[in-house]
Amino acid sequence: MKKDEVPQDKSNLETANFKELCYAVDENGEYTTVNSSGWDPKTIALNKAIEDINERVEVAKKRVLSNQTSPIEYYMELHKMDLPILASYVGLWKWRVKRHFKPRVFNKLSNNILQKYAETFDISLEQLKNIELHGN
Amino acid sequence: MEINFAHHQSAHCENGVISNLMKHHGYNVSEPMAFGIGSGLLFCYIPFLKVNHAPAFTYRALPGIIFKRFAKRVGIKIKREKFKNPQQAKIRLDENLKNNNPVGLQVGVYNLVYFPDEYRFHFNAHNLVVYGKEDDTYLISDPVMETVTTLSDKQLEKVRFAKGAFAPKGHIYYPIHFPKELDLEKAIVKGIKHTCKDMLAPIPVLGVKGIRHTAKLIRKWPKKKGVKKANHYLGQIVRMQEEIGTGGGGFRYIFAAFLQESSTIINKPALSELSKEMTAIGDLWRDFAVDASRIYKNRSAKEDAYNNVATQLEVIADKEEVFFKKLKKAIK
Repeated sequence: MKKDEVPQDKSNLETANFKELCYAVDENGEYTTVNSSGWDPKTIALNKAIEDINERVEVAKKRVLSNQTSPIEYYMELHKMDLPILASYVGLWKWRVKRHFKPRVFNKLSNNILQKYAETFDISLEQLKNIELHGN
Repeated sequence: MEINFAHHQSAHCENGVISNLMKHHGYNVSEPMAFGIGSGLLFCYIPFLKVNHAPAFTYRALPGIIFKRFAKRVGIKIKREKFKNPQQAKIRLDENLKNNNPVGLQVGVYNLVYFPDEYRFHFNAHNLVVYGKEDDTYLISDPVMETVTTLSDKQLEKVRFAKGAFAPKGHIYYPIHFPKELDLEKAIVKGIKHTCKDMLAPIPVLGVKGIRHTAKLIRKWPKKKGVKKANHYLGQIVRMQEEIGTGGGGFRYIFAAFLQESSTIINKPALSELSKEMTAIGDLWRDFAVDASRIYKNRSAKEDAYNNVATQLEVIADKEEVFFKKLKKAIK
């Protein structure tokens, strides 16, 4: 990549007002560093990934509202987590967390366990029990 | 208190921390030098590790290992500690700052508030330097950022004790012993040899073979996984290759910069020529990214398109195989 070929496309970096560093060669073939504001191929990839996550959140939301899963799954998706990550945050086995996705099991959980989830998701117990109380 | 610490932006966090800490202690080690000596360049497909619901691909060595190898090869000693108790981790950090010692920390990105929201994923192998503390605010030099920044003690604790794969567990590290003079020549040769060995390894998911393996997967994905998943996986490859921290082209440009710098240090003009070759390979990786992005941009891609980018990868694999064989010879 030549110095003047370093892409300067619009990207999500703009919101944080920073540019990333790239390595490129100058006119004399010497390596130097150039700041880049972003590059479309990877911005598209990132936006796609975010779209996918939003889709997952929406699906989870519908499933919670139709009582097919517990709010835990919704909040897990909202926080871009998967089962291993969530289990690691709350300090429980994966199979237990998965079990807590069942509305029937969720409704019987002790406050102690619910508190763990609420802390992980940074929400109140009420919000944990009712996703419609959550602003997002 | 604030330690007099010079922040230099780098492409990749781990190399950046190494380079910035070395410069702080009076050794001028560039980012590419840290990356090359630490044998950072790689290609690996990790089928059992899922990142954001897609298999993981990496263009670099395991987190932490670059610094480990770098230290061993140039003869510095590093003190590392992990903690169970966040309180203990904070005490140790504060002690070091009091002793005027800037330290490297491993952190998780998800709660790193100064990152743009879109970039905050559960990735736990980010690195930064803490160089001071004012009241309850820590002064942070994050090498991928253009300027220094700050985090409150609560915010810092959260990222130091992020959970999931590669959980940092408060990981703190700093050099404690330096040799009289850094023996760069030997270290460079060792670093290059190791990279050649990795890239030419007879393991199906690693190095050149790993790239070929990935090409095969791409051909299969649309039929086996459906277009949606195939596109998601393809996007994952491009993100791992080009996301912040790679310096572009899946670290190939940083490696080329390392070869160029090394050619004068160990007086081997051949490396300078090879650097140009690596730059050209980096360009091919970027062409691949452009074409791959065309596929996941339009949801209805032709099957042909997947075969096309797969072929591109196979060409890259062939070129890298020839390249690393030549590099191995050049260093003998």
